[in-house]
Amino acid sequence: MARYDLQGSLDLLVLKTLSQRGELHGYGIVLHIQRASDELLRVEEGSLYPALHRMEQNGWIASEWALTETSRRAKYYKMTASGRKQLREAEESFEQLVKGVRAMLRYA
Amino acid sequence: MGWAKRIENLFHRESVEADISEELRSHIELAVEDAMRAGMSETQARREARLRFGNPVILREQTAKADTALGLDGLWRDVRLTLRQMRKTPAFATAVLLTLAVGIGANTAVFTVIDRVLLRPLPYPKSDQLIALWLNAPGAGGLANFSSGLRLSASMYFTFSRHNRSFQSMGIWAPGTANVTGVARPEQVQTAQVSGGLLETLEVPATVGRWFSSADQDPRGARTVMLSYGFWQRHFGGDRSVIGHILQVDAQPREIVGVMPRDFRISDHDFDLLIPLALDPVKEILAGFGYDGVARLKPGVSLAQADADIARLIPVWMDSWSNGPGTDPHYYRIWRISPHFLSLRDQVVGSVSRMLWIVMATLGVVMLIACANITNLLLVRAESRQQELAVRAALGATRLRIIRELLVESVTLGIIGGVLAMGVAWAGLGLLVAFGPATLPRLSEVALDARSLLFTLLLAVVCGLIFGAIPAWKYARVSLTTAGTSRTATGSRTRLRSRNVLVVAQTAMALVLLVCAILMIRTFAALRNVDPGFSNPAHVQTLTIAIPEQLIGDSTMVMRTQNEIADQLAAVPGVTAVGFASSVPMDNNDPNWDEIGVEGKVYPNGEPPLRLFNYVSPGYFHAMGTRLVAGRDFTWADIYGLRPMVLVSENFARDSWGSAAAAIGKRVHQFSGSPWKEVIGVVEDVRVHGVDEVAPMTIYWPAMLYSPYTRQPTIYGPRAVTYAVLSMRAGHPEFTGQLEKAVWSVNGNLPLAQVETMQEIYDASLGRTSFTLVMLAIAGAMAMALSMIGIYGVIAYAVSQRTREMGIRLALGAQRSRVSWMFVRSALLMTGAGAVLGGCAAAAVTRLMQSLLFGISPLDPLTYATVPLVLIAVALFASYLPSRRAAAVDPMQALRSE
Repeated sequence: MARYDLQGSLDLLVLKTLSQRGELHGYGIVLHIQRASDELLRVEEGSLYPALHRMEQNGWIASEWALTETSRRAKYYKMTASGRKQLREAEESFEQLVKGVRAMLRYA
Repeated sequence: MGWAKRIENLFHRESVEADISEELRSHIELAVEDAMRAGMSETQARREARLRFGNPVILREQTAKADTALGLDGLWRDVRLTLRQMRKTPAFATAVLLTLAVGIGANTAVFTVIDRVLLRPLPYPKSDQLIALWLNAPGAGGLANFSSGLRLSASMYFTFSRHNRSFQSMGIWAPGTANVTGVARPEQVQTAQVSGGLLETLEVPATVGRWFSSADQDPRGARTVMLSYGFWQRHFGGDRSVIGHILQVDAQPREIVGVMPRDFRISDHDFDLLIPLALDPVKEILAGFGYDGVARLKPGVSLAQADADIARLIPVWMDSWSNGPGTDPHYYRIWRISPHFLSLRDQVVGSVSRMLWIVMATLGVVMLIACANITNLLLVRAESRQQELAVRAALGATRLRIIRELLVESVTLGIIGGVLAMGVAWAGLGLLVAFGPATLPRLSEVALDARSLLFTLLLAVVCGLIFGAIPAWKYARVSLTTAGTSRTATGSRTRLRSRNVLVVAQTAMALVLLVCAILMIRTFAALRNVDPGFSNPAHVQTLTIAIPEQLIGDSTMVMRTQNEIADQLAAVPGVTAVGFASSVPMDNNDPNWDEIGVEGKVYPNGEPPLRLFNYVSPGYFHAMGTRLVAGRDFTWADIYGLRPMVLVSENFARDSWGSAAAAIGKRVHQFSGSPWKEVIGVVEDVRVHGVDEVAPMTIYWPAMLYSPYTRQPTIYGPRAVTYAVLSMRAGHPEFTGQLEKAVWSVNGNLPLAQVETMQEIYDASLGRTSFTLVMLAIAGAMAMALSMIGIYGVIAYAVSQRTREMGIRLALGAQRSRVSWMFVRSALLMTGAGAVLGGCAAAAVTRLMQSLLFGISPLDPLTYATVPLVLIAVALFASYLPSRRAAAVDPMQALRSE
């Protein structure tokens, strides 16, 4: 999948990841998305971190420093209540987008 | 995180970036770990991770930006861009900023005056409870006038204060003057005589000492006095131990009991000393309507309720007092006295409010015209940036972004103009205070403060939005196709139309202003043309002297002293004539009125009408330049002989006997049973209340006469008289010094007061009109200049845009004169349309101004015909130069140039 297609849906994927996995650091989010999409989606770090910080500013996720299993310090992110609401809305609008595109493509 | 955290992050940029660096580093380490677990060597793993990551510095910056994003850095960038552009086009920037500074500054200055004078409450505690006790008395003849209604008498004070149900407290007061002696230099000072309850009503505590007590108001009690702050500073240097000292006031020793605070005034009347009225209820009669009443309403009581309360007390008052045996107390029913109370602030501010709002509206219109000019300038500028804006739109700038930038540019201009305007406002305020009408109340309170600065800022931003909105709206909708072809097109029709509409609007507004200004000029001219009833005012020096009873008791002696002073004044070199009277025209001295009955006339109500009177000495009319129309003036023999003679004004003579000549030898008296006086002369009418008011019918008593009001014949003469000295040297300080010495050579204890020429008095009475006139004239001139600039700018730009077209036309054989006529014609059309619109608007607006006009109708045809012609001439002139340039175009050059 091309790099740019992820731009609009990045927020959606990150929020979904956190809802599925609870608390994760940035690297873990990249891995999860890769795995859960059957290797089809690969998030660029260049887009991920600005997006994470922006989402934190908007109040959708919260962060804190913690130690990984291998005793490294990493910043862990988790979803907030307003993030949960944002996730619902993003999922809905994505569904609509997909339906619309599909209908258009099937049009004779 | 919210705005607060983002702003905080702005200040902790370094720690934020360090934090982000660590986060990114830990990401790389985790990736490396995983890669190594999958079998890669460390160096390879690290290299892979770094490659995937991209440039760490850029990434760190981008992430940091997300943390500090306020959306404002775009704004700050726009502001910096605006400042840079302004530096590159200094002429444009200067023009705009200058216009804004002057326009906003002038508006702020006037707003400050309006705010302080009209909008703010009076400087007394809970001043909205304070009311002025205004009484209407339509049947009282000239005794009740527009500016103060019927004043209260002392007996009214006693009745109202004792029996009212609506007031917390009330008091009466009257302004006066007094001689203070026993200090370094005898001084005549302004006083306010106050009754009990007045200071309690105003509720302003004394700075030092105490208010007057009821003991001080006892007519048989000790004499006391209170000082004003200014007097205290001047004579006692602010010494707090001044309480208990004795001051000689009108040769009467008085003990100082208190000092009022700085800037304390009674209803805007400035005074040096406060003196208790010390009214004696036993001696009071019904009459003596000379006091202003002030009261503090009880909470919850309305003006209407207070009106009704006091209305019920009027008959009580008539029953409780009398005017002496044989008089009918219920006579005053004819006067139909009714209370019509108003808030104290309304009475103080009076009729100034209309004038101030007119001035404010005028300046507002000038501001709009200036904004129209600036809008045009910005439209032109934006049009030249068309290509740049089109490219930016193609590169992804949203319409909102471009609109935002254009608005930021105009608001920044507005704010910078506003900052400069504060300096202009400060200077303008200084001018207003120095040259404004002397009758402007509360002028001493006027100064720039936080509210005016806020107003300036608000006005600057609003102006910026106004003149930025149109260009922003028009140019954000630029489409790629038309922009790219700017080489051959000459601007779309819609843009041209909006600029033309602006010029039409400007012209209309300028016309309104000019019509108003011209009407005011003609009013002023009409006022100046009115014969005031005296002549040569620049050469008539006046000075006022008051001889208190304690100084010279006997009335005849007073007369002789006044006579001797007149002789001494006449001996001063350069003096041609001297006379004195109890008041001179337009000196704001309270008029004195009396019933005058004409022999042989029968009056419908049984009571003859009230007429203004004045006491005059021989030679007064000659000094004043008031013409003798028939008969003769008094002589000193008449005065000392106490002969029963009078002079009357011409309108009185015509009203009573048909003509001035017919008046000579006829007789008048004050009330039935009083001795008859013979009319020996008639003088021309004098407009004592100002040139815009009708001259009242006047009777002139000799300066000493038998008073008809006492049972035993007593001699009476006014103790306070104003001398009129005719001399070419009037007004020179050397001259007035010599006059002073002449007075003191007769009696060293008589200070002079109100030393001014009749010209000064006359100018002061015209003060309100001349002030409005000056403001309107300035505004009109500014409006015309701005309109001229506006028309010039639009035509010049149109010419420059259509150079190619002109070149083509000329090449195809058009005549040069026709080419330049095209532009002149468009200018004339715009001005014509504006003139028509403006004419209708002016007709509506001048109707509002009607009360300020004199001798001219608000729809005066001459004015309405001339002003449009002037504007059209201005338009012709403004469009002439650029249109000539159009005709001078060389077709070959034009076709070649881009």
